[in-house]
Amino acid sequence: MSYFSDIYKGIKTLLTGMSVTGGYFIRARKGAITQQYPDNRETLKMFDRFRGEVVMPHNADNRHYCTGCQACEIACPNGSIEIIWDRVVDPETGKKKKEIDKHIYHLAMCTMCGLCIEACPTNAIVWAQNYENSVYDRSKLTKILNQPGSSVLDGIED
Amino acid sequence: MNFLQMIIPLNITKTISDWIYSIMPETAASYTIMVVIAVAYLALFAVAGLYLVLLERKVAAWFQLRIGPNRVGPWGLLQTMADALKLVSKELTSTTKIDKFLYNLAPYFVIVAALMAMAVFPFSKQFQAFDINIGVFFLIAISSIGVIGILLAGWSSNNKFALIGAMRSGLQTISYELSVGLSILTMVLLTGTLQLSEIIEAQRTGGWLILQGHIPSVIAFMIFMIAGTAETNRAPFDLVEAESELGAGFHTEYSGMKFAYFFLAEFINMFIISSIAVVLFFGGWLSPFGITENIAWFPEVIWFLIKVLGLIFLMMWFRWTFPRLRVDQLLTLEWKYLLPLNLMNLMLMAIVIWLNWTI
Ligand code: SF4
Ligand code: SF4
Repeated sequence: MSYFSDIYKGIKTLLTGMSVTGGYFIRARKGAITQQYPDNRETLKMFDRFRGEVVMPHNADNRHYCTGCQACEIACPNGSIEIIWDRVVDPETGKKKKEIDKHIYHLAMCTMCGLCIEACPTNAIVWAQNYENSVYDRSKLTKILNQPGSSVLDGIED
Repeated sequence: MNFLQMIIPLNITKTISDWIYSIMPETAASYTIMVVIAVAYLALFAVAGLYLVLLERKVAAWFQLRIGPNRVGPWGLLQTMADALKLVSKELTSTTKIDKFLYNLAPYFVIVAALMAMAVFPFSKQFQAFDINIGVFFLIAISSIGVIGILLAGWSSNNKFALIGAMRSGLQTISYELSVGLSILTMVLLTGTLQLSEIIEAQRTGGWLILQGHIPSVIAFMIFMIAGTAETNRAPFDLVEAESELGAGFHTEYSGMKFAYFFLAEFINMFIISSIAVVLFFGGWLSPFGITENIAWFPEVIWFLIKVLGLIFLMMWFRWTFPRLRVDQLLTLEWKYLLPLNLMNLMLMAIVIWLNWTI
């Protein structure tokens, strides 16, 4: 008797599948996920999880969160990040501390794996959602993430 | 009124045939008419095939929440025309170790078999090129010739993927041919005739055959659609092409126009299977409930095309829903399920007719 119940189950599951795809078919006109890219260049906004390039956000006073710990440099599997750092004396406490001079990021080498962002203890670097990354000269793909004259926000090291 | 009458193909063909008979001797005229009809069908179905490809791409896109072709022409309507133009202008490449004669013959087998079947379809009361009394039988016979082309293509390509694909096609067609034949036979029991035009006439009074034969008819319809999809080698039965396993299966070595023939034949075959189903189950060109029966100028071919498109959509729905079967699953489905069910269904239909339980 399982012969007929198998047939019944088979037909039922097939119909379930068809109703799922049929639902998509009906909704497709409204919810198409296709982006007609060059046409909607002005309005197109990438999704949050999209990995465009690694950036370092700065606040209004030109301060960032990067302590120069180099965790991202070590985490990067292909050496896309280079950190040039200095040891400076903190004028308040008189202690020596690390400070980044340049956080250099080679977009041309980056595989968008995200390991650097996971490694960063202070969330100083994040993903940007930009997508028009082609340039005419590859040297333009080597970026310095910290803005000139920026400094680390107070109290981040603690 | 005169203009409207022009829509009905009978009047056009009649005018043309009168004109041809008036300018040349009788035998020459009849041959000329045959050639004219053949060319007309050829042109018609080349274009129809192209638009089915477009339809398939649009439907596929909507199933996957995409937009589909929308750049060439308004709403992408000229996309497949452009594709065909590209294919025509492409170089015909081939490998050195092919069997030249068979390799070149194969695409024609496939496309000619597909086009030959078109001849017997009653698109409307007058629009039927060739009304023979064994119409259904002719259709089944012709639709299996195409597989020879596929086998030849696989064999002559001298490529193992192509050969595996072709052998699978042979196996699949031989198995599913049985189900197609038996489900058609179930319906023929009900009509008592093999002539397509008479099968349709039988549905004028009693309602569509799928209603007349109720339960056995519905079962026969389901089996026919499953087996018919397998006959056309479309997903979920596309083991013949199986992109992920065999490259492109039997047409791996074909390019340009020869490839286009295979491609077009697939879509015309889909049209054929749907047309057989429409004639056998849904009353061919008869309007539902006879709503346009008394409107003399209404082109009945529209009803036929609407129904065929509906079934083609169903087959596309199958294709974009179900995953591909394995070879053993394919054979299990046919020999363990469809065939016994079909035989039982045939008995059931016989009993229904014997006891006069038809509606
Ligand atoms: S995303 Fe990966 S590859 Fe790119 S910089 Fe970070 S760790 Fe290196
Ligand atoms: S970006 Fe983060 S991980 Fe990299 S050096 Fe700065 S604080 Fe350390």
